[in-house]
Amino acid sequence: MKLSGKVFKYGDNVDTDVIIPARFLNTSDPEKLAEHCLEDLDPEFTDRVTEGDIIVGGKNFGSGSSREHAPLAIKAAGISCVIAESFARIFYRNSINIGLPILESPEASRSIEEGQKIEVDLQEGIIKNLDGGQEYKSEKFPPFMRDIIQSGGLIEYVKREQLGRS
Amino acid sequence: MGMTMVEKIIAAHADKQKVSPGDILLAEVDMVLGNDITSPVAIEEFKKIGISEVFDPGRVILVPDHFTPNKDINSAQQAKILRSFAREQELEYYFEIGEMGIEHCLLPEQGLALPGEIIIGADSHTCTYGALGALGTGVGSTDMAAAMATGKAWFRVPPTIKFVYSGSLQPWVGAKDLILYTIGDIGVDGALYKSMEFTGEVIDNLSMDGRMTMSNMAIEAGGKCGLIKPDEKTQNYLKNRAIRDYTPLYSDEDAEYEKEIRYDVGKIEPQISFPHLPENTHPLSEAEGLEIDQAVIGSCTNGRIEDLRKAAEVMAGNKVRDSVRCLVFPGTQKIYQQALQEGVIETLIEAGAAVSTPTCGPCLGGHMGILAAGERAVSTTNRNFVGRMGHKESEVYLSSPAVAAAAAVKGYLVHPEEVVK
Repeated sequence: MKLSGKVFKYGDNVDTDVIIPARFLNTSDPEKLAEHCLEDLDPEFTDRVTEGDIIVGGKNFGSGSSREHAPLAIKAAGISCVIAESFARIFYRNSINIGLPILESPEASRSIEEGQKIEVDLQEGIIKNLDGGQEYKSEKFPPFMRDIIQSGGLIEYVKREQLGRS
Repeated sequence: MGMTMVEKIIAAHADKQKVSPGDILLAEVDMVLGNDITSPVAIEEFKKIGISEVFDPGRVILVPDHFTPNKDINSAQQAKILRSFAREQELEYYFEIGEMGIEHCLLPEQGLALPGEIIIGADSHTCTYGALGALGTGVGSTDMAAAMATGKAWFRVPPTIKFVYSGSLQPWVGAKDLILYTIGDIGVDGALYKSMEFTGEVIDNLSMDGRMTMSNMAIEAGGKCGLIKPDEKTQNYLKNRAIRDYTPLYSDEDAEYEKEIRYDVGKIEPQISFPHLPENTHPLSEAEGLEIDQAVIGSCTNGRIEDLRKAAEVMAGNKVRDSVRCLVFPGTQKIYQQALQEGVIETLIEAGAAVSTPTCGPCLGGHMGILAAGERAVSTTNRNFVGRMGHKESEVYLSSPAVAAAAAVKGYLVHPEEVVK
């Protein structure tokens, strides 16, 4: 599957409190969460984002709280994929579990700039900068995680693999 | 080659003789935990799986502690989802307001976090249970849902960093200062995906409360868990609490660590983490004089009896400065009661502190002490991210309870020894 969109570029340690502040966690409706996504970091994000856009972060993206509301808000805001130099552990799990595509690529994270258009081949883990022409390769997921991703998330995986339901 | 504690715990739960860092496997979990923010999503996902009952009603723990007692209608709706689910599933460990405490103070107190066990919690500070030699680790709501259905979760076996603390602590320096110092040294991603093992004579001499403060903040360095070897102190703590027999597991002598980091604690002063990252740690002497509007004492990091005692020791005979709001949050009802019996609460109230029923409240900017634009708090909590305790232009400085109490009295950051009467 190939994704393409314009880039929202952020720095290191984008934490789940700025992705979705706790004051909005009195609901778990993804659409309502998306209305406040990244509001304390980038107040214009929700106005500027269009379906398919891609976030490129630095180190330790999604650090802090375990709130799954963070990847849910990003996904519901229309973001098709998050690329970062590295992800915080719980955000990484959560993204895989809910089916938000994420890729680790230090080179892409460092080189890609705000507003550029990029294309991502999830299967091959290849990130192409359509404005600059460069290509970057991301870490491949281990087979177990690929299974979860291909199932469409952990719930579907569990239904099929562990409980024998389809 | 031997195994580290975390490797042994995962191996024991995955029916393996040996596991190594990087292995990914399904393991059985002993307890599954959720709160009023994360559980509603988990319950919705659980229902999608299409089975009617949780794997074991004695192994799912629900604690409504974040926006409770409920701050608004929406949060009351969320809490109601937990309450209904707990009744419908006949969960043994649902803690209603009145019994409820801040989850990571409550579970150890209730004997629900045991050495050698795996506890996954849809709350990042589940790593607190490492202080009891348990693999406690934070997960999201979907992991919680899957574990409620199957009793299992997937794990990537982490490499372990061994931390060795030696020397003698200065007066007014304790567990919070040690962990802030450590995070300041290795950074907020210094233990990303890794197990932290806290060892050495200083850790041996810490109380259980102090150990829990240290393990609690492993996540602030990116850690999967923050483990401490269970010892006699642990066993004594668990006597008359543990809900079942347990099997402690220990790192082998020849276990392989990714690295070993040693600290001589003698030169560590009280520590302050400046906004907006826990790694922005400075010695208190570099922060002295910084004025504050609010002091928060409590949370899953520092809401235990020893923490309240320290705050009271500093505040005894003193008054909270007019310009400061001082808010105290005992971690559980039992801690609250004990503090009452010891006269700790009396001392704090006499000094002008407001004492609340247990709640996570202000720590995450939920309720009960939100900051306005431009305001500054000193707080014994665990995070000082942008907007963490309120307005995005507010600031949180992390400290120990003694330092927060001293700041409440003076109105600015100051060494506790200058305040104690």
